Amino acid sequence: MIERRPFVQKILKNRQSNLRVVSGLGTSTWDLMSGGDDKANFGFIGAMGQAIPFALGLAMAQPDLRILLFTGDGDTLMSLGSIATVANHPVTNLTIVVMDNESYVETGSQPTATAGKTDLEIVAKGSGISNSYTIKNEKDYDRIIKTIYEEEGPSLVVAKCQAKATPLVFPHSFDGSVAINRFMSTLKS
Amino acid sequence: MEGAIKDWRNDIYKVFKELDITMVSHVPDAGHTPLINLCEKDNEIDVVTLTTEQDGVGLSCGAFAGGRKSALLMQSSGVGNCINALALPNICRIPFLTLVSMRGEWGEFVPWQVPMGLGTPKVLEAMDVKVFRADYKEEVGSTVDAAARFAFNTNRSAAVLLSQKMIGAKQFKNG
Repeated sequence: MIERRPFVQKILKNRQSNLRVVSGLGTSTWDLMSGGDDKANFGFIGAMGQAIPFALGLAMAQPDLRILLFTGDGDTLMSLGSIATVANHPVTNLTIVVMDNESYVETGSQPTATAGKTDLEIVAKGSGISNSYTIKNEKDYDRIIKTIYEEEGPSLVVAKCQAKATPLVFPHSFDGSVAINRFMSTLKS
Repeated sequence: MEGAIKDWRNDIYKVFKELDITMVSHVPDAGHTPLINLCEKDNEIDVVTLTTEQDGVGLSCGAFAGGRKSALLMQSSGVGNCINALALPNICRIPFLTLVSMRGEWGEFVPWQVPMGLGTPKVLEAMDVKVFRADYKEEVGSTVDAAARFAFNTNRSAAVLLSQKMIGAKQFKNG
């Protein structure tokens, strides 16, 4: 099992200038912000289920950038249909990394469907995202970096990680308009 | 435009072109079909078929962050699916435009359409969406234009309710 926070930080450490990163609500946003403040990040703090469609819209609008979404199994399970939408309106520059800890950790670690019979890699493949795989070990770092920067997307990587509560790391602003305008300032030529 | 369908959907299409709306997402409704067809024929417009209307809210916001304007087309029954998602454009002050074909009002045949038809303007307003309405074909173009400008000029959410009177109520026949 992957320890999620150092893994996310390692992915972000030597990030390239063409990368924009979005995170789904909750732990994924705290993970993203733990890698240091960066205007090229946008973290959801609500609107559960909307991170995947947001990342799709962004990837369609910015085809020359690489778009990376970190999100959780809970957020992904709320909008499984959006995976089918991504597959059928394919964007080559989008990588979705689901940090799958099989639980709703922030609310008391209730098990999600992925703790039971649901496999998000198979959901993604069945939805039509052929470049989908599961990693369970930090050693797969090189593979995920290649997917993010080089492979033709859309891609969905399920990163099986420990269900462990981690300290909250807040973004620069909780005000969505400040956050989105800061992020958008990195997209203007 | 040559070969365009000469009806009020064409007036909506003209607004899309004038205001550089280049992405249109939808869960289809018969009332929107001629507009969807016009957009699909246009190489400058990406048409995204959704599995649920709420995903059109996130899609639209992500597209705007990336520099593209979009519109979400849906039937009134889809509005209820969008409620929590509407927090995203609201809190981020991202312009959001949706066009809603109404059911459950003028001569409706299906009783199941009535609850969400009655609820549509109320839930939109509850989420701070500015609600515009077109009852007559002649006012569709100007109403959509006004709603789109309201959304994109003031960074707010706007909806245009397209009346069932204008679309026509389908009378179902058994067998």
